Amino acid sequence: MTRPSRPGAAAGSGDDPPERPLPGTPAPPPHAPPGTGRLRGDTPFPRAARAALGDHTLRDNLRRATGTIRARRLAATRELPDWERLRDAGAALKSEALDRLPELLPQLEAAFTGRGGTVHWARDAAEANAIVTRLVRETGSEEVVKVKSMATQEIGLNEHLARQGITAYETDLAELIVQLSGDRPSHILVPAIHRNREEIRGILRDGIPDADPRLGSDPAELAAAARAHLRERFLTVPVAVSGANFGIAETGTLCVVESEGNGRMCLTLPRTLITVMGIEKVVPLHRDLEVFLQLLPRSATGERMNPYTSLWTGVTPGDGPQEVHLVLLDNGRTAALADPLGRGALGCIRCSACLNVCPVYERVGGHAYGSTYPGPIGAVLSPYLAGMHATGDDPNRTLPYASTLCGACLDACPVRIDLPAMLVDLRRRHTEEAGRTPEALAMRTAGAVMRRPRLYTAAQRTAARLARAAARREGRITRLPPPLAGWTEARDAPVPARDAFRSWFASPEGAAAMRAAAREGERRRAAHEGPGGGAPADGHDRREEER
Amino acid sequence: MSGPTAREAVLGRIRDALALAPPGRQPVPRAYRTGRTLPDDERLALFTGRLADYRAGVRVCTAAATAEAVAGALDAHGARRVGVPPGLDPAWLERFGGEVLVDSAAVSPRMLDGLDAVVTASAAACAETGTVLLDGSPDQGRRALSLVPDVHVLVVGLSTVAAGVPEALALLVPGRPTTLVSGPSATSDIELERVEGVHGPRVLEVVLRTDA
Amino acid sequence: MRVGLFATCLADTLFPEAARATALLLARLGHEVVFPPEQTCCGQMHVNTGYQRTALPLVRQFAGLFRDPAVDAVVLPSASCTGCVRHQHAQVAARYGDPRLAAAVEEVGAKTYELTELLVDVLGTTDVGAWFPHRVAYHPTCHSLRMLRSADRSLALLRSVEGIELLRPPRDDSCCGFGGTFALKNAATSTAMLGDTLDRIASTGAEVCTAADSSCLMHIGGGFSRLRSGPRTLHLAQILAATRDAPHPLTEEAAR
Repeated sequence: MTRPSRPGAAAGSGDDPPERPLPGTPAPPPHAPPGTGRLRGDTPFPRAARAALGDHTLRDNLRRATGTIRARRLAATRELPDWERLRDAGAALKSEALDRLPELLPQLEAAFTGRGGTVHWARDAAEANAIVTRLVRETGSEEVVKVKSMATQEIGLNEHLARQGITAYETDLAELIVQLSGDRPSHILVPAIHRNREEIRGILRDGIPDADPRLGSDPAELAAAARAHLRERFLTVPVAVSGANFGIAETGTLCVVESEGNGRMCLTLPRTLITVMGIEKVVPLHRDLEVFLQLLPRSATGERMNPYTSLWTGVTPGDGPQEVHLVLLDNGRTAALADPLGRGALGCIRCSACLNVCPVYERVGGHAYGSTYPGPIGAVLSPYLAGMHATGDDPNRTLPYASTLCGACLDACPVRIDLPAMLVDLRRRHTEEAGRTPEALAMRTAGAVMRRPRLYTAAQRTAARLARAAARREGRITRLPPPLAGWTEARDAPVPARDAFRSWFASPEGAAAMRAAAREGERRRAAHEGPGGGAPADGHDRREEER
Repeated sequence: MSGPTAREAVLGRIRDALALAPPGRQPVPRAYRTGRTLPDDERLALFTGRLADYRAGVRVCTAAATAEAVAGALDAHGARRVGVPPGLDPAWLERFGGEVLVDSAAVSPRMLDGLDAVVTASAAACAETGTVLLDGSPDQGRRALSLVPDVHVLVVGLSTVAAGVPEALALLVPGRPTTLVSGPSATSDIELERVEGVHGPRVLEVVLRTDA
Repeated sequence: MRVGLFATCLADTLFPEAARATALLLARLGHEVVFPPEQTCCGQMHVNTGYQRTALPLVRQFAGLFRDPAVDAVVLPSASCTGCVRHQHAQVAARYGDPRLAAAVEEVGAKTYELTELLVDVLGTTDVGAWFPHRVAYHPTCHSLRMLRSADRSLALLRSVEGIELLRPPRDDSCCGFGGTFALKNAATSTAMLGDTLDRIASTGAEVCTAADSSCLMHIGGGFSRLRSGPRTLHLAQILAATRDAPHPLTEEAAR
C-alpha cells in the first residue's frame, strides 16, 4: 500500500520510480512515509492503554476535564435551534470542498499569491520541514514563535527545526506546558489536558526562567505567568509559524481560531509569517465561515464564540507581517482521499468533541494513541494518513480496535464524520492486509461452524457441556484460557444453560409453554380487552380495572 | 527543490484519488438561520448579556455621550497612556484627561506595550455570540494596536450589531485583515476551566452607542 | 401477526431465558412466533472485528431464512444484532455479495426490529400487561441509545410494567465497555469502563439491572458476579414477559 515519496523527486522523471504505472491510469496516492513526523507511536494501543490506566492522577485529571467540557458543549449546542442544520451544512461543505480540491487549491493559491503571499507545496513531512527551515533561514533568525498547530505537530517541525539550530517557542499555554516539561500533547485542543493545576504549577515554576518560586496553582495566576514569560518573545522574534483552521479559496484568506491572543500575537507582530496547512483545510467561499464559526467554538470549548478569530489575506501594507508564506501539505491526505469512506475523516475541523465524549479516551488519554491525533478521530485519521502496515509491527493497526463502537463520537461530531463506520471498515482493511493470523483462523473456523446449522447446534451442545463442567458447583466461570483470558481478568463468564433456546422451542415443553402463553393472552383480551392483549396503549388506568 | 514539481505531484495525487473514488456531489443544504433581524431592544439585550457572560465591561450610551463613556471606561482601569488609530474620531477622547498616542508606522510593538489602553471603533458585531468584528479600517487601526495594550475599549454602534453569525459576517469586506473579538483573552487550558486574561487584552470594555 | 424470531447466537446459547421470554411475550400478545431452526448468528462479531467476508454466508443465511413474505416481521432480542442486520448486512452484501443478495438484504432489513421497536412502533403498545414488583435499573445500551435510537421505547415499556420501581443510573449514556472483541483485545480499558459502569448502576440500589442487549448484560453481570455483589441482570424481555399469572422466579424467591 505505502509507496515512499521522496522530497524533490519529480513525478516519473529520471531514475525515480514512476509516480503512476501507466499514463492516465490513476495510482493509489502514497501514505505519509514512516520515519518523519508523528503519525504513529511505538507501542500497540492495548499495551500503551494498560500503562496509562495505571496512572491514577491521569485518570482523575481526564475524568474531571472531559466531564466539564461535555456539559459545556451540550449547553452550547442545545442553545442553537438550528444546530442540526448547521451540522448538515458543515458536513456537506467539507464534502464539497474535498470533491473540488483540484479546482479550489489553485484558486486559493492564486488569490493568496495575488495579495503578495507565497505558496509552497509539500508532498510529505520531510518536504514541509525543509521548506519551513529554508524560509526561516532566509530571514536570518534562529528563533520562531509558534501558534498551536496540529499540522506542524504532525510533521515534527519543532524537532526538525531544533536539529537545524532553530529554536521554536510554543506560545499556546498548553503547548508551552507540554514543551517546558518535555512532554507530548495528549489532546487536540488542550494538549496538556492530562495535567492538573498542581502539576502545571510545578512545570511553569521550574521551566520559566525567573519564575516566582511562590507561584500559586490558581489558573489565573498560572496564565499570568505565561503572559509575562512570552511577552518579550512576541515583541522580539521576527518569524512566526502557524497552522490554519480554514483557507478560503474564493478570497485567498487564511483563518486561525484561538482563545488566548497568542495566535494574534504571532500572526500580527513578526515580520515573517509561515503557515503550514493541510490541503483538506480549504473551503470554497468566504461565506462558509458562517457555518464553521458556529460549529467549531461550540463543539470545541463549549463557548458561543472563541475569544479571537483572525483572518488574513496575503500581505496588508502597514498591518502585520510583510512577508507571508503558505505551505500546502499532503502527507497522506491524498491517500485518505482515495478511500471512499476515509475521505470523510478529512472533513475533521479539529474541535476535539469526539475525544471529549469518548469513553476510551476518557480512561486512557491521548498518549496511548501514539499519533499526533488521538481519540476517535485519531484512531481513523492516523491509519488513513499513514497506513497500518508501514512497519513490521505497526502500532497503527491496533488503533481501529481502540473503540467499543459506542457511537458517542458520531453524535458529537459537528460535521457528522461517521467514525464508527470508519473504524469498522479499517478493521476490515487491516484483516485483509494482515492475511493469515491465529485470529483470522479462529474467525474463519467460527464462521464455518455458524454457517452450518447442524454443526453449530452440535458445537453449541459440546461447548455447553464443557462450560458447565468447568463451572462445577460454583455456578460461575472465573477463568478462561487465551484468547478469552482477558474477559476473566475482571468478569466471570456466564454458564450456558443445559438446553439452548432452540432445543426448548422445539421441545414439547416449549410448545406447551407457548400455547399456555397464547391462552393467557386470549383470556385477558376476552375478559378486559386490556393490557397484554396487544391493543394500542391508551394510558395506565386499565391496570386498575384488571385488579 | 519544491516549487512546481511538488505542486504537480500533489495535484496529480488528488486527481488520482478522485478518479479512484469518484465523488458523489450533493448540494450544500443551507437550511440554518440566515438573514435574521431583531428589534433594537432585543439585539441590545442579547448583545450586552453575551458580553457580560464573557466578563467584558459594557457601557450603553448615546452617540452624544460617547466621550464620557470612553473616559469612564479608561478611568475605571486607571489608564493614563492611551493609543488610538489615526482615523478615530478625536471627539471620543475629549473627556479623557490622559496622554493620547495616535498610532502610526513609526510606533513599534514595544511602544504599544508601554500603553495602558487602546480605544478603537469596530466594523460590525454579532449579538448572539457577543462578538465584535474589526477590519483594519482607519478608525480601527492595524491589528497590533488593538492587541498589545492590556485594556481595549471598543466603541460599537447598535445599528452595526447583527443578530447572528451569518448576519454579522455578511457585513465584512472579504480580504481585509479581520479580527473577531469575543470578550477578553481567555484560556481553557488548565483543567478545561475558562480563565480570562492571557496574551491579548485582559480587559475588554464595550461602549455601545444606541443611536449610532 | 406472524413474527420470525431470530434468537441471536448469544441468547440461544448462553441466555436462552431472554429468547424464551421474547417468544412467550409475543405469544401472549396474540402473535404467531416462528423460529427457523437453521438460524445461527447475524455475523456481528465477524463484521466488527474486521472479518466481513467471513460474515457473508451468515448474511445470506439470515436473508434466506426470513425473506418469506409470510413472515410479517423479524424480531431480535438485541439492539446491536438488529443494528448489524439493518446496517451492516447491506454493506457486506454490497462489497462481497451480488445484487440479488443485496436486494434480499434490503427487503429483510426493512422488516427487522429489535424487540422494543416491534412492540412500540409496529404493534403500537407500551403496556404489555407485565408485573414485576422490583427495583430495576435500566441501562440504555449504546446500540439502543445511539444506533437504533430505541432506548425511549425500552423506557416506555418499563414504565408501564406494574409494580416496577424504575431507576436511572447517573451518566447512563456511557458505554459499559463491552464492545464485543474489544473486551478481549483491550481488556484493561474495558475493565476500567466496566468498573465505572458497575459503580453507577450499583449506586441506584437496584435489585435488577436490565437492558435490551444480552451482550452488555453479560459484561455487566459478569462484573457483578466477580464482585459477588450488586444487582442481578435480566434481559428486558424477561421483565416484560413476567405476569401475575406467571411471575418471574425472582419474584417468588423474594416472596419466600
